[in-house]
Amino acid sequence: MSASIVVVDYHKGNLLSVERGLSQAGCHAVVTDEPDVIRAADGVVLPGVGSFADASAYLLSSGEMIAIRDAVRRGAPFLGICLGLQLAFDSGDEGCAPGTRAEGLGLVPGACRRLDSETPDGHHRKVPHVGWNNVDLTATGVASPLFSGIEDHGWFYFTHSYQCEPSSGADVLATTTYARTFASAVNVGGVFGTQFHPEKSSAPGLKVLENFGGIVREACRDRVFGGREQGGVGA
Amino acid sequence: MLAKRVIPCLDVKDGRVVKGVNFVNLRDAGDPVELASFYDAQGADEVVFLDITATHEGRGTVIDMASRVSAEVRIPYAVGGGFNDVASIRAMVAAGADKVSVNSAAVRDPSLITAAAAAFGSQAILCAVDAKHVGGAGDRWSVYVHGGRVDTGIDVVQWAAEAARRGAGEILLTSMDRDGSRDGFDLALTRAVSRAVDIPIIASGGVGTLEHFAEGIIEGEADAVLAASVFHFGDISIRQVKEYMAAQGIPVRL
Repeated sequence: MSASIVVVDYHKGNLLSVERGLSQAGCHAVVTDEPDVIRAADGVVLPGVGSFADASAYLLSSGEMIAIRDAVRRGAPFLGICLGLQLAFDSGDEGCAPGTRAEGLGLVPGACRRLDSETPDGHHRKVPHVGWNNVDLTATGVASPLFSGIEDHGWFYFTHSYQCEPSSGADVLATTTYARTFASAVNVGGVFGTQFHPEKSSAPGLKVLENFGGIVREACRDRVFGGREQGGVGA
Repeated sequence: MLAKRVIPCLDVKDGRVVKGVNFVNLRDAGDPVELASFYDAQGADEVVFLDITATHEGRGTVIDMASRVSAEVRIPYAVGGGFNDVASIRAMVAAGADKVSVNSAAVRDPSLITAAAAAFGSQAILCAVDAKHVGGAGDRWSVYVHGGRVDTGIDVVQWAAEAARRGAGEILLTSMDRDGSRDGFDLALTRAVSRAVDIPIIASGGVGTLEHFAEGIIEGEADAVLAASVFHFGDISIRQVKEYMAAQGIPVRL
């Protein structure tokens, strides 16, 4: 069964790496900005380039935001990468006027804010956080299919100035420590997100994309054979 | 813990890697894709391609190269050389480059950094600064452009700070005094710039020994170290650098 994964294009730049990474991981990936294609997808990947407010405004006006929510409601697994992870939350303040917030997809409870630059013992860290850092799996993370075959404390590539703050610790699959410790991977139901870039994280990153492909195929099988989808196809 | 990065730099002309790549096990030592994959396997944290294609017609080849690298190589890479406007940067980002490095054109018109960072995000914009020590008392360095041929008289520390303020995501800092010398980084220069800006500094120019790499991080306070010839000639491997740095207590991805 060849499940189709859409890479959501919100016209901010480099989607090629994500698409090629998914292809290398054995997934059938299509870049699209068409809400109807997103709505019908077996799996959705939201990559991350640009700022929260910009991306949120584009996703809202283009109809992509509603289409992604529809796809997730239908049971299509979702993977947000970097800003894509942040956009999965309720709101974010990057690129917003002071005191205001932009709307996110609302798939994961919580909000996004700027990274801390001061360590608990008062040392300064440069923001953006750029480069390879350790991804420490939580107990949930160790058991998660997204990190199947991934060693704990492994290295992944980050480049970001903002972070997510999940309302519930139970949604955190992994944490990473820079100035302070932040959530570097989250999961609620079929919604996954990584603050790091799996498509730029060499072999372990490719494995994460492969795992997401497996999650999408599994969800497809469940929908088809479980007949949970309305008007579902017979086996 | 965030790892300090080790970055090989490849000179590319007409879509081919030039200048002393000296490995025995490569089918095609001039193929940027094969070399980048080789460095990925060796543990390079990212790769920088410096395009030295002189002709306008040749510029298409570097776009083609970037698109092939994106298809095969799963670590970040930057492309520098000849980016004069937002349109040329857009073409490179569309071809899949994670970062584009601007140099002379940004010195001529600093708003290029502002516009490019707004269009593609700061993470995509690397500001390359070629620095040369100014004689006389005290430590001062001047910004050179056009491949190090023209002295602008602009203060390096001030220029780096302005580039950061305008949205550059990182500074690629090359000492023209040390470049090619194998005498080690200009540590005073690297430290001065690293302390003046709140974005990562990639130190470049002068590496000859394992000790030099570690010095760039510890004394130069750089966030990443870049070298070309010592890697290409096989004198030092990426893995050796990382093992040496780890032994000095520097966090590296091994």
